Amino acid sequence: MSLDFGPAVALSCRECGARYDLGPSFACLECFGPLEAAYEFGTVTREEIAAGPANIWRYKKLLPVPGDVEQKRNMNPGWTKLVKAEGLGKSLGLKSLYVKDDSGNPTHSFKDRVVAIAVEAARNFGFHTLSCSSTGNLAGAVTAAAARAGLEACVFIPADLEQAKIAMARVFGGKLIGIDGTYDEVNRFCSELIGDPIGEKWGFVNVNLRPYYAEGSKTLAYEIAEQLGWRLPDQIVIPIASGSQLTKIDKGFKELIALGLVDDKPYKVYGAQATGCSPVSVAYKAGHEVVQPVKPDTIAKSLAIGNPADGPYVLDIARRTGGAVEDVSDPEIVSAIRLLAETEGIFAETAGGVTVGVLRKLVEAGKLDPELDTVVLNTGDGLKTLDAVSSVAAPSAVIKPSLDAFRKVI
Amino acid sequence: MSVSVRIPTILRTYTGGSSDVSGEGATLRDVLQKLDADYPGIGARILDESGKIRRFVNVYVGEEDVRFAEGLDTATPEGVQISIIPAVAGG
Repeated sequence: MSLDFGPAVALSCRECGARYDLGPSFACLECFGPLEAAYEFGTVTREEIAAGPANIWRYKKLLPVPGDVEQKRNMNPGWTKLVKAEGLGKSLGLKSLYVKDDSGNPTHSFKDRVVAIAVEAARNFGFHTLSCSSTGNLAGAVTAAAARAGLEACVFIPADLEQAKIAMARVFGGKLIGIDGTYDEVNRFCSELIGDPIGEKWGFVNVNLRPYYAEGSKTLAYEIAEQLGWRLPDQIVIPIASGSQLTKIDKGFKELIALGLVDDKPYKVYGAQATGCSPVSVAYKAGHEVVQPVKPDTIAKSLAIGNPADGPYVLDIARRTGGAVEDVSDPEIVSAIRLLAETEGIFAETAGGVTVGVLRKLVEAGKLDPELDTVVLNTGDGLKTLDAVSSVAAPSAVIKPSLDAFRKVI
Repeated sequence: MSVSVRIPTILRTYTGGSSDVSGEGATLRDVLQKLDADYPGIGARILDESGKIRRFVNVYVGEEDVRFAEGLDTATPEGVQISIIPAVAGG
């Protein structure tokens, strides 16, 4: 089998640095640490990137994908809008605020970015089935990408997910299995399935394809920098579920600096969690280096990972960059969803309520500088979590079709 | 107590390819000690130099993540299944 992962040349352990050949493996044989793609980048210029397609493949020379990736059957996600958020900024007292709105991806969440990379890895390894454990958004991204790529799909979710996410995961065909348990239990199930003969030739995007999959989140960093005119933001607020996205955005910023695509400057990374599932925030505030798992209870189901695999790295990054990790309650999440909607016309899912809520909390606490360039991420679409706002987003009035009736309610 | 231990793919080189092996001990600590005696070297893959469970390994006794229970002191009743699982990314 000849593998083509473009600039990626090996897998290396993030924990102990041990190196391995590129393959469908995800944990270090020495220490169980997570493996990630290691590269030998050639020359990459701003002009070359700008001449590329309006999707993540404009950065293909920075990703573990083959050189002809644009020719493949893929969802081609990314290049979502970076909205200059003057309304939200004014409301919060921030001078220069941007919302990176990733609800604009093909299946309406940032997960299309990571899955697009995982699909190319699955093709490389000759897998026939694409799978994942998911809090919802990932399941939809995987089944859609499998449909486009002509792969089988079988995805696993906690059975109690939002109806919209269930529909989104099933409509593209493939098998959708609801598991009676939490996301962490679904994850455990998938880890055991992977060592079983049933899971032979299956690519679990966030398990055995994780070293490739996770790299997709770097494209958020690349796009934000390019959309800001090839410069890094001063401050960025990122949601934390497993912590993978935050970790990879930091990696992306560092690569841009190392490649000379942006000027080196300090940036602060802030992590955002829901109080009902805040193991990383709790560890951050307590000064711990490891994360004590929790049992999630929050409306922000896409972030409800009680045992976040990359939690220790999030702690390292928040501390290294001078950022912080903060959490907000469910009512604060709903209030933040409405604030973003009313000031920017962006309808975020609960995860977006978490980041905007945390942004607000950090500004109010004086932990974030209102004078600096700030980016806040919205990683999913409010239409997938309608239940969260249904009690506050009802008709203002229901009336007879007469002007008299309208005058009484206006 | 006699227990069964599920071995993840990456540790099966120690167990001659077996995904399930039998173990012995009243607590997780005892079971892991016995496991290392039976399959020399496997213990150091699960525990770090200071004897703590490595931060990217999850160990379950029955259905419970031992970090929610008593860690290495978690009791391992007769017949229980212990699972050793690498941490994975989310979604």
